Order: sequence, then C-alpha cells, then structure tokens
Amino acid sequence: MNKPLVGLIVGGIVGAFDGLSALFSAPEVAPQIAGIIVGSTFKGVIVGLIAGFFARKVNSLPLGIAVGLLAGLLFAYLIAMSPDPATGRHYYWEIMLPGSLAGAIVGYATQKYGRRPGDARA
Amino acid sequence: MSEPSDRALDRLRRVAQWPDLTGTRYELQSEVARGGMGVVYLARDRELERDVALKVIAVEAADADTAERLRREARTIARLEHPGIVPVHDVGTLPDGRVFYAMKLVTGKRLDELVKAGLPLRERLRLLLRIGEPVAFAHAHGVIHRDLKPENVMVGPFGEVLVMDWGVAKHRGDGNPASGSRSPTAEGATAHGTIVGTPAYMAPEQARGDVEQVDARSDVYALGAILYFMLTGRAPGAALVSPDAPTRTWAGPRAPGTSRIQPPREADKDVPRALDAICLKALAAEPALRYPGVSELSDDVARYLEGERVLAHPERLAERALRFASRYRTPILLLLAYVVMRVVLLLVARV
Repeated sequence: MNKPLVGLIVGGIVGAFDGLSALFSAPEVAPQIAGIIVGSTFKGVIVGLIAGFFARKVNSLPLGIAVGLLAGLLFAYLIAMSPDPATGRHYYWEIMLPGSLAGAIVGYATQKYGRRPGDARA
Repeated sequence: MSEPSDRALDRLRRVAQWPDLTGTRYELQSEVARGGMGVVYLARDRELERDVALKVIAVEAADADTAERLRREARTIARLEHPGIVPVHDVGTLPDGRVFYAMKLVTGKRLDELVKAGLPLRERLRLLLRIGEPVAFAHAHGVIHRDLKPENVMVGPFGEVLVMDWGVAKHRGDGNPASGSRSPTAEGATAHGTIVGTPAYMAPEQARGDVEQVDARSDVYALGAILYFMLTGRAPGAALVSPDAPTRTWAGPRAPGTSRIQPPREADKDVPRALDAICLKALAAEPALRYPGVSELSDDVARYLEGERVLAHPERLAERALRFASRYRTPILLLLAYVVMRVVLLLVARV
C-alpha cells in the first residue's frame, strides 16, 4: 500500500473518530453529530493525503508528525471559522486542538507505514 | 639508555626483513601490521597506479607449510566474493621464495577501537549484523572463519564492514557446516588436536582441538563473543586465558576451558536482558544449544533492534508491556495527548 493511500485510510478513520469524540467533550453538539462526523472525516482524508504525499518525498518521523499536525490545525481552523448555526458560537479550541493532534497521528502513520516509490517489494 | 637503541635495532631488523619486490609490479611503502604468520605492507601497484596491501610470510615463519597456508588463505578469500570480505588482487612468490598476496588496502578503524571509543549500543549492534553477513555468506560456501574477533573486523570511512584474516579458515566439503556431516576436504584440513584461533574468542570445541566438531556454530560462538565484547568492553574468554597466553592465532595443545562465562548483565547491569540472553545463547558451551547459524543469531539481534520479542529470551508480562510501550512510544504518547486534551476540554466546558 502506498503512503498517500495509508494517509487517506488512516486520516478517514481518525477523522471519523475525532468527529465522534465531539460528543464527549461538547455533548451539546449531539443534534449536529452526523454533519460533524462527515466533515471531520473529510478533513481527515485531506490531511491524510497531504501527510501521505509528504511522507512519499521526505523520510522523517518528526517532520511527518509536524506536517500532519500543521495540516490538521489549518483545516480544523477553516472548519472552526464557521459558527454553530444554533448558538452562533465559535468552537476554536474544541475543534483545532483535537484536529491538530489527529493530524499528528495521521502524520506518524504515514511515515511509519506504506511504501515509497522505489521501495523493494517483500 | 638502552631502550632507544633497542628500538633502533628492532627497526633496523624489521627494515632488513622487508621483502624484496624486484620483478613484481609492487613498490614497498611501509609496514602496516604484523601477525604470527605474515606481515602486511602498504605497497604501490605500479601497473594500476594504486595502493594495495601486501601480505607476505614473515621471515621467521617462512616454510613450505606456511607458504601453502598463505596461498590457501588467498584462494579462500578469492573464492568468497562479497562486499564484506577484502578482495584479493594477486598472489605470487618473491625472489627470496616467500609467498605473498596483494589485496585491497583497507583504511578505517578496527571494531575494538570503535567500541572502546564509545560507539552507541544500537550502532554496535548494527555493526554486528553487518559482520554476520559475510560470515553467513562464507558458511553458505562451506568456509568457517575460526578466528572472528573485534581485531579482525575493519569499519571503513563510509561505514563499510570488512571481515579480515581468513588465514585459519576451514573448508567443509558439504558446504553445510551445521548439517552434521564430518567430511573436511583436503584443503584447509586441520589435524585433530590442533588448536587454531584466538583463545579469548574461541568456542570450547575449538579450544579442545576437536576439529571435526568445529562448524558454523563455532563462528556463532565467536560472534557471540564479539557481542559480549560490544556489551562489556572485554572478551568472554578473557578470564579463562592466562596473561602470558598469546593473543594472536596460535597452535598447540590446550586443556578445554571449563570456567563459566560471566553473563554480560553481571558485568554491567545496564545491559538489556534480551541482549544478555542472545549473547549467552550464542556462547553456549554445547554447540547444539547455540543458534544453529549466523542468520538465526542476526535475526534475533535484528528483532531486538526493531523492538520485537527475541527468541532467546522468554519475556514476563511486565517486560512485554514495557517493550510494547517502548516500541510504540510515539503513537501511545500522541493518543494519550489526544485523550487528555479531550478530557481537559470536557472539564473546561463544564466549569
């Protein structure tokens, strides 16, 4: 499996769980949870692809984690810019902190797993 | 006052023994190293305009048997074409009748020097894996080194690892030393009771002069001894050898060593249990209890380096958990940070 594909799959899974875990830290968002999960999964997939393509070019665990973290932070910020339609409140910390850590996890996974072009097949 | 003049005399004697290379393509530069059987010189190959190492039989050891041994060593090395074995370029006879062979000039540091210079443990273990490669290759070609020790391993400036000094290597006819076949070929055959190798790194069967028992597992023992040296800074057999025993290759009768080897962890409690177990398994007195081949030993060391369970060491649950935590430290920390952060956000939301 190549690294972008690893990023896509891991990013999707981690993103979905990240969205689901919003129920835990912010129970009041329960009515919108389906949209949150879909959005978070999509964000995870994008971050995973970025981290995966980066891992294909650069072989460095710290840099991979950093890129995942920054990409997660950026996309989480873009999502957090939209306020809650019901209350008009912004959830910057609640979205950006977990989003960046989820991105870091995806960055780790893409560095550790998956094949780079030119890697010998087992 | 006599010391400087002794040194000068010694130097004069050595220079007088320098080989006469008249009629060869080589030009002598300097002496590099001196062993029991031969002397290695730095020489210039005039034809190819490059420096080479010339191994020439020492004057005091020059006889028909030694000449044949040196030729055999050259043939052995030439047969083993591997990046971890120094290639032989040429073999010949000097005008004074002494046999020589020319090989690639190896620059770099000896393994014992690197270990004493404080090379990190993981780097040392990676070097052990690299040492195992040419040795396993030689075993696959029916050759047992019989004199593996840190002094016979060179690490080049670009990290290349070279196993040197195949002068006492043994050939086996079946090419599978661990198979139990005992059919030494005529070449390299050593008479029963003759002991070759270096005492401190020598397997018990080799120390007994039990030539027929010597097989790939004897080299496994020597690699275990090198691992012991890497872990503790001394050879496992150091305590078994009298101070006046020669440290170089030697031959002659010797009583089998019966002393117990001190486990590396007893010498240094910081040695990981898994490495202690690998080392002791390789150093088992009974060949059947050692790793059956170099590859199996290397695989176990590689497992340790990868944070996997090593076969030589049955783990307790706590050890397994610690190893798991150590192997997956980064993702565990990331997940933990994620969970902690979620809990903190929850607590903040409730305040």
